[in-house]
Amino acid sequence: MVRTTVTAVTTAAALLATTAIAAADPVKIGFLTTLSGPSAALGVHMRDGFQLAVKELGGRLGGQPTEVIVVDDELKPDVAVTKVKALVDRDRVDVVAGVVFSNVMMAIAKPVFEAEVILVSGNAGPSPLAGKDCSPYFVAASYQNDQNHETMGAYAQSKGYGKVVLMTPNYQAGKDSMAGFKRAYKGEVIDEIFTPLGQLDFSAELAKIAAAKPDAVFTFMPGGMGVNLVKQWSQAGLAGKIPFLSAFTVDETTLPAEQDAALGLLSGANWAPNLDTPANKAFVAAYEKEYGAVPSLYAAQGYDAAKLIDGALKKTGGKAADREALRKAMLTAPFSSVRGTFTFQPNGFPKQDFYVVEAVKRADGKYQTQIVSKVFEAAGDTYAGACPLK
Amino acid sequence: MSFTLLAVQILNGLQLGVVLFLVAAGLTLVFGVMDFVNLAHGVQYMLGAYLTAIAVSKTGSFALGLVGGLAGSLALGFAFELVLFRHLVRRDHLEQVLATFAVILIVTDLARMIFGPAPIAFPLPAMLSGSIALMPGLAYPVWRLVIIAAGLATAFLLWFLITRTRTGMLLRAGSTHPDMVSALGVDIDRVFLFVFAFGAMLAGFAGAMAGPILSVEPSMGDNVLILAFVVIVIGGIGAVRGALVASLIVGLVDTLGRAFSTDLLRLVLDRSSAAQAGPAIASMAIYLVMAAVLIVRPTGLFSGERVTARSK
Repeated sequence: MVRTTVTAVTTAAALLATTAIAAADPVKIGFLTTLSGPSAALGVHMRDGFQLAVKELGGRLGGQPTEVIVVDDELKPDVAVTKVKALVDRDRVDVVAGVVFSNVMMAIAKPVFEAEVILVSGNAGPSPLAGKDCSPYFVAASYQNDQNHETMGAYAQSKGYGKVVLMTPNYQAGKDSMAGFKRAYKGEVIDEIFTPLGQLDFSAELAKIAAAKPDAVFTFMPGGMGVNLVKQWSQAGLAGKIPFLSAFTVDETTLPAEQDAALGLLSGANWAPNLDTPANKAFVAAYEKEYGAVPSLYAAQGYDAAKLIDGALKKTGGKAADREALRKAMLTAPFSSVRGTFTFQPNGFPKQDFYVVEAVKRADGKYQTQIVSKVFEAAGDTYAGACPLK
Repeated sequence: MSFTLLAVQILNGLQLGVVLFLVAAGLTLVFGVMDFVNLAHGVQYMLGAYLTAIAVSKTGSFALGLVGGLAGSLALGFAFELVLFRHLVRRDHLEQVLATFAVILIVTDLARMIFGPAPIAFPLPAMLSGSIALMPGLAYPVWRLVIIAAGLATAFLLWFLITRTRTGMLLRAGSTHPDMVSALGVDIDRVFLFVFAFGAMLAGFAGAMAGPILSVEPSMGDNVLILAFVVIVIGGIGAVRGALVASLIVGLVDTLGRAFSTDLLRLVLDRSSAAQAGPAIASMAIYLVMAAVLIVRPTGLFSGERVTARSK
């Protein structure tokens, strides 16, 4: 009798275990990010933010065992396409997430959409995907590329700056940056300076700016170029004399190198470490504890991307196979974003707040950006109207 | 456009030229004496900047940090030569290019693993962080004057070393007739070892000088390396004097091009075309100069200083 009971219990347990395995359809996420080359710092931040969220959720997104396959795109669109094809064809991932740079995003979008896999951006938000080429497989946990530049344009406008100088690298993103700034700024642009990509020495441009005596300067110098510019800006004694407005130039990935030279410089951003929401406080504390560095907006967006996928899977009962249901669930923004109020437009891009942030030195000697003022509230992008998705 | 602005821009151009000379001097020395194409020179520049930055922050003194960084660069130069480059010196240029390119890839990624991908801080020494007012609203950092002085001192030192000392005589002889020098009882491999390590130290010195104004990151050598090659091609391969003249030309052409091309084009074109064409022409300018020099003097401006035909 005793033996029968034991057998029955064992069998039942075994059956339960089998069903548990069957129900626990593991979720596979392909995380594509830039981990090598001059811009690797951004990709590392985004990956760390994403993995922090997965870790906090006990390695389970939507309550399902989750496998995250991290892949380096090397900031080369051709490499990214090859690797993303391996993710969707060989690894059969349910979601591709990440992607720092828009040129990589534009290259991988088509193969991912054709494989009917959901693509969740952790940073890149190119305008075609927001407008006429929007896709029922795309969701951005970040922003649309123009928005941070528009934020600074609107800020310059509200400050009453009558004449500004714009300076960006001479490539597509630089031109888009100027266009975004000018969309919101109605004053006079007295000079538009385009510099070669990877420029080392900005002394010629700084002399030109000093001679032009603008009310403010707006610039977009990502990565090492930004570090060069910020150091030289401060050494040339321009800090504090001409307001320095920027986007993606002064953030937590470059501040450890810029340090005091960046103090007081302003940027447009959708997030800052001191943004006052409970979710953000917990995130910043956990990130600093885990990685010993102040998180950047790339880290915050990576973290939100994981939480977004988690929330959506919870809504679909852990099922990722029905892509339409999964994306629908995502667009309800079923998570508490570190950015506070956060909703989606039909094109898959968020509506969120945008701020002017300032670089400061904290009491513990580390550097971070801090919110100065809110510029846009629950702002969507300008391309959403062109998107046929409803 | 005022006269002051023009003067300031010329000074900026000279300053950029001197930074380029610091990088190119070691490259052209190694190329000239050892007939060795060292693409890894940019990596040595990057390592010099990192070593100095770390030594400065550990010791808290810029002077000590600089000494530490230079010693480290010298040691790395010895190590590179003994482990790898020694075996490449007598091979042809293509093999040297391939092998040293591999060194760039490997060392850059190692640096990224060790130091992290993000740029690191390189504070200026407090006593040299001041500035002087050159024109209203624009200060000229004292550090840039230090760079100019350091570059000119390096140029003088190299000139003296090569033309006025016994070692220099050996270098000149070794560069043109290594077999003969060897037959006379001089250990030519040893000469090459010291030349290479010295070249690595010059690269490290350039990195240490540029660190406070530029971003110290694993790929910082890549941009500089291309410019350094432009300099030594214009100046004549192996000619230190050529490297000095060519780096000043490149610095001036690049800076003045960036400063004034758009404004000059506005005189003949409308505003938006000038804004398009100006930066494009400015970024091409130094390569146009290089092409022009190569048409007129295919071996560079000062190549006559060195016998280019070399017994293999």
